[in-house]
Formats: sequence, structure tokens, C-alpha cells
Amino acid sequence: MGYIAAIGKYFLMVWEVFRKPTKWRIMRSLILKEIDELVFGSMGIIIFIAFFIGGVVTIQTALNLTSPFLPKSLIGFATRQSVILEFAPTFTSIIMVGKVGSYITSSIGTMRVTEQIDALEVMGVNSLNYLVFPKIIAMLLFPFAVAIAMYVGVLGGWVAAVVGDYAPSGEFIKGLQMEFIPFHVTYAFIKTLVFAFIIATVPSYHGFYMKGGALEVGKASTTAFVWTSVVIIILNYVLTQLLLGQ
Amino acid sequence: MIEVSNVHKSFGDTHVLKGITTCFDQGKTNLIIGQSGSGKTVFLKCLLGLFELEEGSICYSGQVYSELSSGERRDLRQEMGMVFQGSALFDSMTVEENVMFPMDMFTKKSKGELRDRVDEVLQRVNLIDAHKKYPSEISGGMQKRVAIARAIVMNPKYLFCDEPNSGLDPKTAILMDNLIQEITQEYNITTIINTHDMNSVMEIGEKIIFLKNGYKEWEGTNKEIFKTDNKAVTDFVYSSELFKKVRQMYIEERN
Repeated sequence: MGYIAAIGKYFLMVWEVFRKPTKWRIMRSLILKEIDELVFGSMGIIIFIAFFIGGVVTIQTALNLTSPFLPKSLIGFATRQSVILEFAPTFTSIIMVGKVGSYITSSIGTMRVTEQIDALEVMGVNSLNYLVFPKIIAMLLFPFAVAIAMYVGVLGGWVAAVVGDYAPSGEFIKGLQMEFIPFHVTYAFIKTLVFAFIIATVPSYHGFYMKGGALEVGKASTTAFVWTSVVIIILNYVLTQLLLGQ
Repeated sequence: MIEVSNVHKSFGDTHVLKGITTCFDQGKTNLIIGQSGSGKTVFLKCLLGLFELEEGSICYSGQVYSELSSGERRDLRQEMGMVFQGSALFDSMTVEENVMFPMDMFTKKSKGELRDRVDEVLQRVNLIDAHKKYPSEISGGMQKRVAIARAIVMNPKYLFCDEPNSGLDPKTAILMDNLIQEITQEYNITTIINTHDMNSVMEIGEKIIFLKNGYKEWEGTNKEIFKTDNKAVTDFVYSSELFKKVRQMYIEERN
């Protein structure tokens, strides 16, 4: 019963986020601040992880393609498919839940504990719109970060293939271009947009409705990480079935 | 003026406010006192519209809060200023930005006009060189003054203060009391202060409401509180030895 009530409360929160908008001049500066904090601030870790994940995918694929009848270009093909379909959108999203999600929960939770949210409400400000809406809009840029992660992941795979002598450069690149289906990129971006919305709203929910003090802010961040990850993993399955399934 | 009629509020099985009826006068400092857990903060949050009432009504200069649309409630809230117990300043903003925030949000004034008004109210609360400082860089007393400046910057009709003296030394607390009383009279505001600071009760309690276990046990002025025979009030107000002696002296002087 508690879970159903929480889900209902989450949707009511989302509805409230889009009501009574804050003055555009103020909202614009909040959005720019959140873009800097949530997206640009995460680029370093996204690029770093994407590069090495791409490399590891290449090495593991190469080590499993032992038959001499299989062309080396398959390593490039498998790397591209793994990175574009799964590693860049889903893996990067889980990293973002850890980095951005806990930041969102703790910052909103601290505002709740220190009565800053009450102060906004007393002034007549729609605190949910003021706090959560800029985060949702900023996270709309998340697909750009994922696009970079795709590129860097494939680059990491190529470097691993060439440096580790798993496949010649030409063969790897031939594999990258093999049977390319543009819809796979669209699928990845659709997933990313849904995940971006979840990353902005679920941690906000946990921060906004938290009760207690400093210790509870930490607990709320952990709970938010767990639930956001769970929702992303479930939605990943559902979207994959809907968009790519038979 | 705020008229409160038969206000009830519960949280789960806990009945916190049990039918409070009273009236807060304009241009006066109205104090809500009572022990911890007596329902003071819940009552204040009901007055601010942060909690929905279960029963009863609150009427702000003729407007019954529960009968207002969400837009009208928002407009009414812009006529309220609040000083929170912990100041509740936005810690990512400077003092100037904190005070400017409500005006920036709800008025179409130019940056120059906003700055002039901020200077004016900061000067009013005796804060002159703190514009560019962050809340974490100033003392608790200064934070309270910034909170007062932010609360009065929109010329509110109603000013609410939740324990404005908590965490302050006695001298700063007296300055804070005097400041609130001056502002109340100067702007003709209905001020409601939630406190258990007995100095405030004696100094600025033009009207005092005493809450006990969610009921309004007593109401009167700071002069009347000396004379009252209500045991709950005397036990609470004169719980310290100092105040017991003050009361004894008062009674002896009267006799």
C-alpha cells in the first residue's frame, strides 16, 4: 500500500512541477546553472568511463571470438552495438544517478531540513517548479552527453583493439560501419530522454518529501540512488521490448 | 488583523490543536507562548497556510483562507513575511540576493530600484556592509536581521516570527525584539511571534496567547501576565528563580 501511495505522490509532484511557473527571467538563470552543474559538471566522469568501458568491451569480444573463420571486423561491430545500444545510454545513466541523483536529493533535502522550502512556499513561490523544473530542462541535454559517450566508447574500443593487437585498425573500422541501423541510435536517445526525466524527478521526490535532519538527508540520498536505479533498469527492459522487440 | 476561529489540527492520531479561537491585532506584537510540544509551531504554520486545517477558519482582514482560490492564496502569501527559527536564508545566495529575492520574483522593478530597496531595508535592520556576504559568512544575529529584512522587503501586512531570539545572546535578543516592535509600529503590521523567551514576553508582548496541550489556556497583555492567577501560566512564565523574584517584588509593591 505504501509503495502505491508513494507512486501516486510522485505523479502528483510531477504535475505540480509544471503548474504555476516561475518568472522566465529567473527560471532562465536557474536552468543555465543546472546545465552547468548537472550536465557539464558530469562530462569528465562520463568521458573517462566511456573510454575504458569501450576498451574492455573490445578486449572481451576479441577474447571470445577465437574461431579463425570469424572476421576480425566483428570485434568493431560488437563494440559499436554494445556501446550504442546499452553501455552509453544505460551505463552512463546509472553513473549519473550516483553523481547527479545524490546531488539533487541532498541539495533539496538540505533545503527542506533548513526550512528554505517553507520560506519559498510562504513567499508564494511554487517551490516544486522553482527547484525541479530547471533540473528537468537541464537534463534534456543529457542525450548530448550520451552521444559523446558513444563516440568516446567506440574510440576507446578502437584504441584497445589497435594497441592490444586484437584487430587491425582497418578491420575494426570496417566492423564499425557494418550493417548500421540508424534507428538503434534513435532508440538509444529515446531511452536516454526517459532516463533523464527519471534522474531529475525521482531524486527530487526523495529530497523534497524527506523528513528529519542531516542524517536523514544522507539516508534519502541512498534511497533515491536505489530507487532511481531500479526504475531505470525496469524502464530499460520495457523500452527495449517496446522499441526493438518482436 | 487575523481572526482565528475554532482551529483544529491533527497528525495521524495526535490531536495537536484543539479548537483555538483568538484574534491578532494590527500594529501590535502578538506573542504565542507555551511549552515545547504545546502546538505553537503547528499553530504558526496553520496561520501561514502551510498546513491545511481540519476544522475552523482563519480570516485575514476579511478574507477566509479556506475559501480562497489557489491564485488568491498565492497573492495573500505575498502579503506575509516570515522569519524562521533558523533564519532559512538561501545559502547559495548572498545577503543582497536573499533580500532581493521576493521582489525579484514578484515585481517588475529594475535592478537599480531593487538595489535601492535592498539598501533601504538592510539599513533599517542595521546591516550595512554585508551585501556581498553569504549567510555562512555572517553571525547568527546578522542572519536573523537579514531574515527580517527579507520578510519586510515587500511591505507585508502580516509578519510571522518563529522564535526569533533562539540561539542569540541576551543583548542581541533585546535588540532583535526592539527591532521587530519598531518595524511593527512603523509599518502598521500584524506581527505574530512564536517564542518562549520570557524577556520578549515582558518587553514586547502587547498581546500574549498561552497554549497548553493544544488548547488556548490564557490570553492577555504583558501587564496582565503579572497579575494572572492562572496556575499554568504562572508555572510557565515564572519557572526561573529570577522571574519568581520579579513577580514577588511586583506583588509586594502592589500591596
